[in-house]
Amino acid sequence: MELYQLTIHELLDRLRVGETTSVAITASVFGRIDTVEKEVHAYITLMRETALAEAERADERIRKGEIGALTGIPVALKDIFCTKGVRTTCGSRILENFIPPYDATVVEKLRAAGAVFTGKTNMDEFAMGSSTETSFFGVTRNPWDLDRIPGGSSGGSAAAVAADECIASIGSDTGGSIRQPAALCGVVGLKPTYGRVSRFGLIAFASSLDQIGPFTKDVEDCAIMMNVIAGYDPRESTSVPEEVPDYRRFLGREIEGWKVGIPKEYFIAGIDPEVEAAVRRAIRVVEGAGAKCIEVSLPHTGYCLAVYYIVAPAEACSNLARYDGVKYGFRSGEGRDLMEMYKKTRAAGFGAEVKRRIMIGTYALSSGYYDAYYKKASQVRALIKRDFDEAFAKCDVILTPTTPTPAFRVGERTDDPMQMYLSDIFTISTNLAGIPGISVPCGFTAAGLPVGVQFLASHFQEGRLIQFASAYEKQAHIEQRRPTV
Amino acid sequence: MEKIRIRKEEVAHVAHLARLEFSAEEMEKFTAQLNDILLYMDKLGEVDTAGVEPVTHAIVRKNAFREDAVGASLPPEASLANAPEARGGCFQVPKVIE
Repeated sequence: MELYQLTIHELLDRLRVGETTSVAITASVFGRIDTVEKEVHAYITLMRETALAEAERADERIRKGEIGALTGIPVALKDIFCTKGVRTTCGSRILENFIPPYDATVVEKLRAAGAVFTGKTNMDEFAMGSSTETSFFGVTRNPWDLDRIPGGSSGGSAAAVAADECIASIGSDTGGSIRQPAALCGVVGLKPTYGRVSRFGLIAFASSLDQIGPFTKDVEDCAIMMNVIAGYDPRESTSVPEEVPDYRRFLGREIEGWKVGIPKEYFIAGIDPEVEAAVRRAIRVVEGAGAKCIEVSLPHTGYCLAVYYIVAPAEACSNLARYDGVKYGFRSGEGRDLMEMYKKTRAAGFGAEVKRRIMIGTYALSSGYYDAYYKKASQVRALIKRDFDEAFAKCDVILTPTTPTPAFRVGERTDDPMQMYLSDIFTISTNLAGIPGISVPCGFTAAGLPVGVQFLASHFQEGRLIQFASAYEKQAHIEQRRPTV
Repeated sequence: MEKIRIRKEEVAHVAHLARLEFSAEEMEKFTAQLNDILLYMDKLGEVDTAGVEPVTHAIVRKNAFREDAVGASLPPEASLANAPEARGGCFQVPKVIE
């Protein structure tokens, strides 16, 4: 085994006993990056020099016996998190030269825990997409099949973990942008409860839906990352002052007697048969561990996509009004007056998908349409949330496929926005209801593409998700394959 | 005949509100795509929402107050460092008034 192939907990075990060093681990990861990055293109910006300096400092601390939760571990950051002094693009031309003057709270927390930052990962522009194809900085490839997309919007963060170009990474999830790429790249991805992780310094897409979470190689690493990033932040007014448990306590516990809700609306026509078969096997695994599966209903599931594609663009068009060529980022030199400068800057600075969503949002909020679109969507959102409240009165967790299909081909859906939007059909409801969700690998298709199973729990029950996912992972005996890249 | 939810003139108006501009070719494509997306939204009409209180945030929090105390803030040079154009401690923009 190479060092870059190991998990956080395996590496920490070796660091603690002096069997390896952070410099060796970091050099191993960058060696791997040198081998595969030209094919995968998981990163927008690499932080090689600062990483090696951070690794040296981590080794000094380890020698003094000061080992934190992530001391010396190479971690990648989605390029949506502000990093002081390091270019942060959000995948967009309009921020191609933006150098933040401060760190996001999650970046501060990871740094304080001792993480070594490898770089900023590729993403759909402003996190708007399901394939990482809308990035201004090129397409990321799925490490399991380079002709296919890694999912999105946090495709770079998922691909980097799958291809061993970092040990773990951080992404953001507005409608599935952690869980969907985690499923398509065969890694673990968790979207916490809304408010659980501070969004300070996260470039905003849809502020009532955005949430930050980890990509890891296994569930134990997920718990380690959550211990570092979760918690209240006085700088973020929607972060919740709820106690954060030690998530590692939930690892390795039994799930016997747990009730698992299987929502009938998630096993629909159009779901890929191999995906369905893998998820049905996952159901048998948790039953084998003593859990009891019951059918539940989430009757408004069929409306989630329509609600999401009103609410998210409405919030986005307002959040993206700040990109006007004045305070930071790209400015077109063509405008003769202020209004022309705004329009030419935004027309040249944003890509097609971002413009499409700004247009939908502006339309949905505009005079005469507000009630028909935004208000109506917010009312249906209330019903979607109620569906989950009612389901969780009957079960401890809900089990669904993470995605309806395995990774699709690069270019396959770029010309058809509706087809692209359908790839998030099983993940969007979670964000609308604000509940946590985790995607865990549950097998492979015959063509060797990974499949993910999603577990959902009620608000602030990330510990329950980690317990369930850990028990599943232990029982499932998913074949330990590695991508061929 | 295809159902129409939005026409080119309206797309042009919304583009102005959003401070965007499109070429004639983009305008054709965007109008057709936005129309498709809005037609899909029609399905929300099937849901009876009479008397349902809208949810705009899934986790309800009251206003988050803090002490009105002076804290650390960015120095002006740092705030201006990313500006496309800055002069005399201000962001500089093209002329606003004729």
